[in-house]
Amino acid sequence: MLGIDSNMTFSHGIHPEEYKEFTSSCPIERMPFVEEYVLPLSQHIGAPCKPIVKKGDVVKRGQMIAEAGGFVSVAMHAPVDGVVTGIELTETPSGQMAPAIRIRTDAFSTQQFHLTPPKAPEEMTVKEFVSSVQQAGIVGLGGAAFPAHVKFAIPEGKTCRYIMLNGCECEPFLTSDHRTMVEQADAIVDGIAILQHHIRAEKIFIGIEANKPDAIAEMTRKIAATALPAEVVSLKVKYPQGAEKMLLTAILGKEVPSGKLPLDMEALVSNISTIAALSHWFRKGIPLVERVVTVTGTAINRPSNLLVPIGTSMREVVDFCGGLKDDACRILLGGPMMGMVQKSLNIPVVKGTSGILILTDKEVRSLDEYSCIRCGKCVDACPIHLNPSLLGLLAKKGLWEEMEENHLFDCFECGSCSFVCPSAIPLVQSFRVSKGLLRERMAREKAKAA
Amino acid sequence: MLDQVAISLIILTGLGLLFSTILAIAYKKLKVQEDPRIDKVEVMLPGANCGACGSPGCRAFAERVVNKEAAPGKCTVSTPEGVGKIAAFLGVDAGSGEKTVARLLCAGGAMESPVKAQYAGTLNTCRGAAIVSGGTKDCNWGCLGLGDCAVSCDFGAIQMNGNNIPVVDIDKCVACNDCVEVCPKQLFVLMPISQKLVVQCRSLLEGDEALSRCSVACNACGRCAADALPGVISMKNNLPVIDYGQNELTSALAIGRCPTGAITWLDNDRQFVADRKSPLSVGRVESTQYDEGTYYQ
Repeated sequence: MLGIDSNMTFSHGIHPEEYKEFTSSCPIERMPFVEEYVLPLSQHIGAPCKPIVKKGDVVKRGQMIAEAGGFVSVAMHAPVDGVVTGIELTETPSGQMAPAIRIRTDAFSTQQFHLTPPKAPEEMTVKEFVSSVQQAGIVGLGGAAFPAHVKFAIPEGKTCRYIMLNGCECEPFLTSDHRTMVEQADAIVDGIAILQHHIRAEKIFIGIEANKPDAIAEMTRKIAATALPAEVVSLKVKYPQGAEKMLLTAILGKEVPSGKLPLDMEALVSNISTIAALSHWFRKGIPLVERVVTVTGTAINRPSNLLVPIGTSMREVVDFCGGLKDDACRILLGGPMMGMVQKSLNIPVVKGTSGILILTDKEVRSLDEYSCIRCGKCVDACPIHLNPSLLGLLAKKGLWEEMEENHLFDCFECGSCSFVCPSAIPLVQSFRVSKGLLRERMAREKAKAA
Repeated sequence: MLDQVAISLIILTGLGLLFSTILAIAYKKLKVQEDPRIDKVEVMLPGANCGACGSPGCRAFAERVVNKEAAPGKCTVSTPEGVGKIAAFLGVDAGSGEKTVARLLCAGGAMESPVKAQYAGTLNTCRGAAIVSGGTKDCNWGCLGLGDCAVSCDFGAIQMNGNNIPVVDIDKCVACNDCVEVCPKQLFVLMPISQKLVVQCRSLLEGDEALSRCSVACNACGRCAADALPGVISMKNNLPVIDYGQNELTSALAIGRCPTGAITWLDNDRQFVADRKSPLSVGRVESTQYDEGTYYQ
């Protein structure tokens, strides 16, 4: 039986220290409102959304303030009652300055939503359902922030036999999905029912790594009480199991071919918190205006799991968690493996922020780079079976085309190769640089041809 | 013993003769007639194989020149004399040969735009730093100062100065486009050398917001646009845009009232002069060699 088989996993991958004990038993707390909210227009992958408010407008909590700027784009909503103080350039987690809507919070803003839920999802057509999800501003909450409705809109000619819910949370330190599963299991199960009504998959798998026994027990109990064709799958703890292709391999035992998507394997992979957000929207009418963020690390005074309104400055979140310790050295948005390093705390929490991780200089590895000794550890670690050692040598020589031939674009930058390299070669970093250069080159050639 | 040596000698000599005959016939039969001028033009070209002309190398460029598909002046590495020699040899026009050089659109070095975070990556390149939170500086658009451009330049035309800003030696610069492609912030542009009025800032911020991040940032005050002849400079996205179609109307006067020194007059082929200050205000002005009188004549 799948449910108890915790040897299920994909091949390759790594076993970093978990460090989940900081927050895995902290219940989700609600973060109080702060004075100002900054909402970048581009919090998701795809076209930025278009503001529909202007400076001076009074907005209500949950009101739509920007509409989707295309199909691969989602709407955005005000997290608080307040006044729009401007739409201006602001610092974003990517490091680029981008336009954002600033809202000054009304002093009497309450947690209450003045919303009416959309009509029952069971009565919607698939098209209405997809557009409703887009209206709700729901994106993949695992970290990549890919608009959720794009995944739910199964194109003509494709079938979806499996729905896979990703509760792996394989990144060290992070526990936001874990706590969501433990505390909001009802919402998740309801979200699954809503999704299943429209996708009509043969089988639903909920993949959870074996280091979250309480989440496995809770989800199994809730699923057993429904008639859904769902099954909780306990997976062997390994990084990067939360990557959608790895999860598919772990559960179905099939690999997603190069350049293909999970849908080509008749599967839809979605994060567990995204599914909970579906239920909040369709049952209560609450759009995606807040999310669970794990604030953790060795350099934070009170590690916690917080329900943070989107747009809260990281500085406010850190202050709410007791502030930084004196030896704080590095700030990351997300986990230590794939998270984005930040140079400032004046950055808003966005839809894709699953965690804020603050480390001391003791943990921050800064090693000298040595030559490649061809030990092959990176080859053993790479979950998609690339040859990072070869790619690294090619990157050093600037042979970008050869890198492309060696499937550089299949790399999803999990960082396993850099993690295991005994010579401390910045492998994944140079792949990201090479990808950037290659993309620029392609764009130039396209512009030239046009 | 002796006859074995003799036999092998005879066989080898025979084989040698046979193959040389085949080769000689093949040479005659399969000979490709190539314009002998291509070889001569190739010798006259600098042999840098830089690709600045758009051809994949000097040989390919020589072919295009001989076939009259390109003007010799397209080679930016050759000296004007060298181009003239090729043109005279082929009896063609040398082609417009105004020297084009790379210009840096940022003046914020370590002194002007302080580093906000330390980049601890072992990659230690601008590209590497740019993927981590957009680089170490507070300014989003500015030069990262790790010298990818200097490394990429095959002609030694770019040097990092003490202020962590690349300086282009315009005598050595051949406008090969390498620095333009490598800069993660797209700060290099190729400009004809006669275009001297350059906005050395890409920051889209305005006012104190811009200045708090870099002391030589454009704060979008618009004085340069007001001082220039109508239509020459316009403000767009908080940055002055110079209409180089009216290049002859540009004047160093436009930079006189710039409070920060973001707009510069690159006279005497200099890119940076640190000690020159605007007579009016803080900041840095490239050249003070302008005469207000001439402007009003």
